[in-house]
Amino acid sequence: MDMLPLILATIFTAATPLLIAALGEHVVERAGVLNLGVEGMMIVGAATGFAAAVLSDSSVFGLLAGALAGMALSAVFGVLVIFFATNQVATGLALTILGLGLAGLIGQNFVGQPRGAIAAIEIPLLKDIPVLGKAIFTGDPVFYLSLVLVALVAFGLNRTRIGLLLRAVGENHTSAHSLGLPVRRLRFWAILFGGLMAGLAGAYLSLIYTRFWSPGMSAGRGWIALALVVFAAGHVWRLVLGAYLFGGITVAQLHAQAGAIALPSQLLSALPYLMTIAALLVLSLSGRKGGGAAGSLGQPFVPER
Amino acid sequence: MSEFVRLSGITKYFGALLANASIDLVLRPGEIHALLGENGAGKSTLVKMLYGLLSPDSGEIRINGEVVTLASPQEARARGIGMVFQHFSLFDDFTALENIAIPLAGEVAGRDLREKVRAKAEHFGLAIDLDRPVYTLSAGERQRIEILRALMQDPKLLILDEPTSVLTPSESESLFKTLDVLAAEGTSILFISHKLEEVRRLCSVATVLRAGRVVAEADPRKTSARELAALMVGEGVADLRTVPGHGFGAPVLVCDRLDVEPDTIHGIRLSGVNLTVRAGEIVAIAGVAGNGQSELYSAISGEGGTITAGSVTIAGKAVTREDINARRRAGAAFVPEARLGQATLPQGTLSDNIVLSWHATEDIGGLFVDRNRLGAVSAGIIKAFDVRTPSTDPLAVQLSGGNLQKYIVGREVTRNPGLIVIDQPSWGVDARAAAHIRQTLIDLAAKGAAVLVITQDLDEALELADFIVVMCEGSLSAPRPVREVTRDEIGLLMTHRAGGPSGGVHA
Amino acid sequence: MLTPVLALVVAVLIGGLIVALMGKSPLTAFRVFILDPLTDPWAMQEVLLKATPLTLIAIGLLFCFRASRWNIGAEGQFLLGGICGGGVAILAHGMTGFWILPAMLIAGALGGLAYAAIPAVLRTRFGISEILTSLMLVYVADLLLDYLVRGPWRDPKGFNFPQSVAFSDSAVLQPLFEGGRLHAGLLLALAAVLVAFVLFRRTLFGFAVSASGDAPRAANFAGFNESRITVLVFLISGALAGLAGVVEVSGQVGQLRPGFGQGLGFTAIIVAFLGRLTPAGAGLSAIVIAVLLIGAESAQVTLKLPFDLTRFFMGLLLLCVLVGESLNRYRLEIRKGGA
Repeated sequence: MDMLPLILATIFTAATPLLIAALGEHVVERAGVLNLGVEGMMIVGAATGFAAAVLSDSSVFGLLAGALAGMALSAVFGVLVIFFATNQVATGLALTILGLGLAGLIGQNFVGQPRGAIAAIEIPLLKDIPVLGKAIFTGDPVFYLSLVLVALVAFGLNRTRIGLLLRAVGENHTSAHSLGLPVRRLRFWAILFGGLMAGLAGAYLSLIYTRFWSPGMSAGRGWIALALVVFAAGHVWRLVLGAYLFGGITVAQLHAQAGAIALPSQLLSALPYLMTIAALLVLSLSGRKGGGAAGSLGQPFVPER
Repeated sequence: MSEFVRLSGITKYFGALLANASIDLVLRPGEIHALLGENGAGKSTLVKMLYGLLSPDSGEIRINGEVVTLASPQEARARGIGMVFQHFSLFDDFTALENIAIPLAGEVAGRDLREKVRAKAEHFGLAIDLDRPVYTLSAGERQRIEILRALMQDPKLLILDEPTSVLTPSESESLFKTLDVLAAEGTSILFISHKLEEVRRLCSVATVLRAGRVVAEADPRKTSARELAALMVGEGVADLRTVPGHGFGAPVLVCDRLDVEPDTIHGIRLSGVNLTVRAGEIVAIAGVAGNGQSELYSAISGEGGTITAGSVTIAGKAVTREDINARRRAGAAFVPEARLGQATLPQGTLSDNIVLSWHATEDIGGLFVDRNRLGAVSAGIIKAFDVRTPSTDPLAVQLSGGNLQKYIVGREVTRNPGLIVIDQPSWGVDARAAAHIRQTLIDLAAKGAAVLVITQDLDEALELADFIVVMCEGSLSAPRPVREVTRDEIGLLMTHRAGGPSGGVHA
Repeated sequence: MLTPVLALVVAVLIGGLIVALMGKSPLTAFRVFILDPLTDPWAMQEVLLKATPLTLIAIGLLFCFRASRWNIGAEGQFLLGGICGGGVAILAHGMTGFWILPAMLIAGALGGLAYAAIPAVLRTRFGISEILTSLMLVYVADLLLDYLVRGPWRDPKGFNFPQSVAFSDSAVLQPLFEGGRLHAGLLLALAAVLVAFVLFRRTLFGFAVSASGDAPRAANFAGFNESRITVLVFLISGALAGLAGVVEVSGQVGQLRPGFGQGLGFTAIIVAFLGRLTPAGAGLSAIVIAVLLIGAESAQVTLKLPFDLTRFFMGLLLLCVLVGESLNRYRLEIRKGGA
């Protein structure tokens, strides 16, 4: 049967937006900021990306526009929490509410328009490996990009100077400030990166995953990405693991619904949300409570001067 | 002699508060210069300006004769100024090497840096394990990382803010040796302290600050500690009035072979703690900060930690598993270390803050809180304990450290407790308020209350207490009568436990 | 008092700019969104109807937010309240009796309470962020409602529409006066404001809630039990959201159907913040927000302005309020520094 590589490929496609958004938020949280606006940035990315792709008739341009739209929204968040020291939880929430409305406005003329698939990249030789070859090496460009990003973020955070400083600022902003590190600037950059990733993840949803725009289509994926960051507890590889697990659950419940399993479809649809809670519970029971979060996560920083 | 740094007319306001008033200071190469002053005299503000963390409102800083603006610590470092912070500016979850790398432009915690750090550490005799996360290290080791980090840039001026406050006497001695080496190699050192003996041992010049102004410059080796103290504090602070001849009553607080697990991985585990405080007695717990004193305070007050073995008894009632309010009902009162955010709600009025420690035992109204009564109680405390307030019922955050501490102590003493446990009574408090608080505690003991004082300040312990115990690595030494104990003996107890596990109940 | 008003003004100005960018007249939009609902007696009644659930939910939320516990799943608790209360109405379909309404209200409040207990217990027992769990449960509640009205509770005579039977008269909150639409839910909302006001102003419980939000270590020093406060504020918040849910289905909708939540549980978060987390403020801002929502309904018809514009405006308003609060606080602290 040729089903297996196909299913694996759909799992990767379902997981990629989660992975990208979570990767961005991971960096933001390492820098000590909690941005609950991922859902909002993601859906604005989805609407903007789709609209831009239709108008320019270029999916690549759409992906870029979606990413930039997410970043623009994150800049608003950044200015507020960093320079006005607003409450991060409430600001992130406001960003999500605002984003849902904004995405509706941007996408209103594009509802139901179809959009062709983006060309897959087939990697010669590797794609001929049985099962995995077809699943992994015939993916879309953003899927590959997401893997590159994983490597870049892991390397960047742990092996480069900018990563060292970013983590330092997240671990203890008072110490970082006394040493003269530009706490607010570093955090702002991290927030922008998070927005870029969330926007890209959104654009991936509308341009590659579903290939149409519909209001509310992010359907809580931004929040699941946030949960993945908690689940990862500071390790990028666990982020990858978590994202693919969730991709698997999403695809499994879709197949179960199509296969007319004698369970209410709503219960299956609720599975990703229930699994998120279950995953957090398992994490807690395994004794990693609160582990891995940056030391000054969520606290505003106001320097004296 | 040539000069490296010259400050002239440095003035800094915080809002309407004048923190530094037209300060002049000259620092010369190879000289260890003391900056003396009480808490709140403006020492930290001044050095923060020298390190680029604050900018002066007026006045100028000259380095090697050239007027400079130090807009950031990077600029200060680039000009050859290094700083060792009082409360450290380390990152607990990072390794020592990473901590050293962070302020060094272009560095990652890699092999090259490791070699450089090794060489530097060897030169100054600073032993450090570079790969351990900082939270596993002792205060002395942490300070060595801070110093080494500052030395990595070969500073021409090294500022140390109260460096010995967290060190044992022997650790202090080895710090002084390092500083002597540095000075001999031509580094200028600015040593901030309020400990006069060590300033006399180490420094060749002392600048004394009081209320933001330079009140004197002196040679500490030729000036007596008493003279220096008088310069710091201004007109003499009254000596404490002890009440002689009162005996000790029955035990009020008894900790019996207490084992306590801390709440966080950064905390200290307590083991086999025995402690008895009798009616009318003042017991002081001395020791270097971070040896389990906070954990012991929390275990006694019921605010934190998990007691895994042993018992706590207050006035004959077993309260080991009870919360802080049950302990208050047994007659105890507690003054925690953090005045804002623990002993008080910073954004709450003084009268509202009565509720925190009174609601379980005192009448503050029935179903509805009686605000008039709170106001009256608060006004009474303000009057009786000489609390200086900007208005009749200000927010806690609006009071100075000393006045807030007087208010908090007043709040607890007004409840007429049979036992008071007070963690760092005069930390960050000016001399006058500190004396007032100490007198209050002595008077309370004279009236028959049991008093337990936890303090890092050995002088305070010796001045106040009838008995002294020393905390080290989560264990307590046997109690020693203050009149029989010597400083050397206590210093030894602070570093390692002499004489095995803590002794039994003293007679 | 001034800060939220200023925030509102700024948000309205930015909103007007957006409307202008969309090629509509901001002045007309202002009239439709704000003036009309305030001047037309019929519309004013609709405003109060809309403000009723908003007030109930927001009052509950401010217990959580004062204590810095982030219950952002009020929408789910609201839905559960509607489901449980509505369930009683459906089971009692065709019956009459004075007991039906009270039973519905109690069932609704208990439903919301039980649903809010989940994130509370997950936090106190397992240390799991209540933000994520409470939000995830919103999606689950949405799907549960969908399942019920398409499955077991679907009206057999409803032409396959996903909706329950219409409630009998004994299960409907009756108008307070002849010919009007206002129902007893409004009185419940007023009572909630009053009780919350007294609790925060005069009781130890209110003090403990605020203290544990402002300075957790001080609350611990006072012996206020952190876990107990977490659970209590969630239960209060869930019960009020649940009550709002049953009031909405019984007083407004008259049956269960998908989407009766209208996102009011999220909008109430804005209401709570706009009211500076005070009970009276929550009551007032519920009216302000209700005006906008009613205005938005007619703007959709008369101006063809999409509802998303209102959603966007709500987010914008919350951002403005937060900036205002922040400016207020830090200006205050600078002044304090001078004391």
